[in-house]
Amino acid sequence: MKKGYELIYKRPKTLLSKRMHYCPGCFHSTVHKMLMEVVEEMDIQEKTIGVCPVGCSVFAYDYLDVDMQEAAHGRAAAVATGIKRMLPDRIVFSYQGDGDLAAIGTAETIHACNRGENFTFIFINNGIYGMTGGQMAPTTLEGQKTTTSPYGRKPDTAGMPIKMAEIVSLFERVAYVERVSCNTPANARKTKRAIRKAFEFQMQGLGTTFIEVASNCPSGWKCTPEESLNWLKEHVFPYFPLGVFKEPAKEKV
Amino acid sequence: MPQKGYVEISVEVCKGCNLCVIHCPTECLALNTSDTNSYGLHYAYLVDEDKCIACQNCAVICPDAAITVYKKVA
Amino acid sequence: MAEIKLMKGNEALAEAAIRAGLQGYFGYPITPQSEVIEYLAVQEPKHDYVLIQAESELAAVNMLYGSSGAGARVMTTTSSPGFTLMQEGISYLACTELPCVLVNVVRGGPGLGTIQASQGDYFQAVKGGGHGDYHIIVLGPNSVQEMVDHIFLAFELADKYCNPVMLLADGAIGQMMEKVTLPEPIPYKPNKPWATTGKTPDRKRNILTSLFIESEEMEKRNLRLQEKFKKITQNEIQYEEYQTDDAEIIVVAFGLCSRISKRAVDIGRESGIKMGLFRPITLWPFPLKQLEEIASRKNVKFFISIEMNAGQMVEDVKLAVCGKKPVHFFGRLGGIVPTPDETFNAIKSKI
Repeated sequence: MKKGYELIYKRPKTLLSKRMHYCPGCFHSTVHKMLMEVVEEMDIQEKTIGVCPVGCSVFAYDYLDVDMQEAAHGRAAAVATGIKRMLPDRIVFSYQGDGDLAAIGTAETIHACNRGENFTFIFINNGIYGMTGGQMAPTTLEGQKTTTSPYGRKPDTAGMPIKMAEIVSLFERVAYVERVSCNTPANARKTKRAIRKAFEFQMQGLGTTFIEVASNCPSGWKCTPEESLNWLKEHVFPYFPLGVFKEPAKEKV
Repeated sequence: MPQKGYVEISVEVCKGCNLCVIHCPTECLALNTSDTNSYGLHYAYLVDEDKCIACQNCAVICPDAAITVYKKVA
Repeated sequence: MAEIKLMKGNEALAEAAIRAGLQGYFGYPITPQSEVIEYLAVQEPKHDYVLIQAESELAAVNMLYGSSGAGARVMTTTSSPGFTLMQEGISYLACTELPCVLVNVVRGGPGLGTIQASQGDYFQAVKGGGHGDYHIIVLGPNSVQEMVDHIFLAFELADKYCNPVMLLADGAIGQMMEKVTLPEPIPYKPNKPWATTGKTPDRKRNILTSLFIESEEMEKRNLRLQEKFKKITQNEIQYEEYQTDDAEIIVVAFGLCSRISKRAVDIGRESGIKMGLFRPITLWPFPLKQLEEIASRKNVKFFISIEMNAGQMVEDVKLAVCGKKPVHFFGRLGGIVPTPDETFNAIKSKI
């Protein structure tokens, strides 16, 4: 450090130094960082237990310095339920992609939310199956080209993209739902705030907390990281609007 | 009077996604297009330290947590 | 204090699980074993186990995964179609080496099948119903008393080997009422330093995973599992012999069929035919060597496997006997329980 200067921002200690395998510009890394900043700031490393999905973030446990379990594809919500019910004073999160949470694991997601399981979903919605090479996801936009919708997603045969944040906010025992993104520094800061709020609500035992990240996939979308930010603004946010869908009543907080 | 700062960017951690560069309000960062790190990737660097205002935007947006930010003590 | 009661098999096993220190139960109702979750639901206020009626067997087995990983003593119970749904989770549990108890109160299949008793899931249980190279320890209770005893044994073996252990029961044992001695509850103090309970400063983070993307690492995990399975095979085989010493005909049967076959052996002895019963109690590991030894005896003429299926365990009997003696089969299908008389006649017809 230069003389006369002070340190004001550095990588959180809870994010391990191993180089992340994610593609350049991928928000998975950004969310990992934000998540670990929250764990460090709240000083909850000893109490935090995560569940990884199947998908690009299958190796999340290589980077997050907390106890973690790797779930079968789609079953992270059931695994997180098992952990949280056994250890109710811990802070438990499931970290899932759109294939995991909104396709193969839809039943587990919906029922964990319906029971109001007191853990936090971190849902990375990038509208594509990144790890397997860019196939259509349940959240792929209408007309969006993927390797399994080479002429664009057709709603007549593939339906419309699933709006998970909107759906889970309908459940009575879901306490907090927010859709965020990391396309700008301001939005990335909001993502971190949302994760922190979710963990705080979880510690208060208010019910399920659900953070959907409108994410990118430069490799799968076949564009540069910068272009992926434009796609988000022009196509994703109009269909998947950012914002708070549900929050605990003020008197409860 | 904006605050004054500087950043350190880890050459090896940086993947050259350019997100810090496009979000820097004072355009003090750039991709080094004439050099690569050991992964063969161009990396971002502080091109004009005088312009840095320690806003942390670059560090916050950086997916790989490659950036450390320092601020001049008032 | 131990307690003597008249109980249904399913309820006895639920009570046994409580007494063995159950901390978590996850299940989905399915005939003929729904009494397990019902019994646990009634008893729940008196104890501090967690009980979740899951949305599916798929979810139940993965709740089992999470809670076992969190260090708890956990169990799920189901019947055949539900057990099929659980196979995904069981493969993961086996690879991640998580201890847990699974119970399959088997009904007749395939498909939706019937709700009557069957042993049609033998292959699925002992050969590994999910993907990959793994085994779970399989116990074959033949009475309500053994539903109790095997639950205690299953929890003990699960912890000892960090492996799923299952009871392969059937609809009749689950539903029948018998006198049962319930042992005194045991206090359960888990010692699981590998569990994900939160990373404390004195240790590295605990990661529970079945993913080893590098082939060398995956092979290493597989070899470790195989080493463990070898140890289990060396140490944990259980079987029962009845009148086999001078027997010329060896009847092999497990579970409910072993009781029917025992009566058939008695009928045989009464009419002067020297029959004996060999009953594997651990279905995996299977008592191959013990059967092989019997096959080498000069007085033994043939083996016959009695099952409530189309002939599944008979393949393991053949493996054990290894061509030394003929191996026959008799079975009933579709949920039909063979009578001792028809079993005796089937055995006699092979003479």
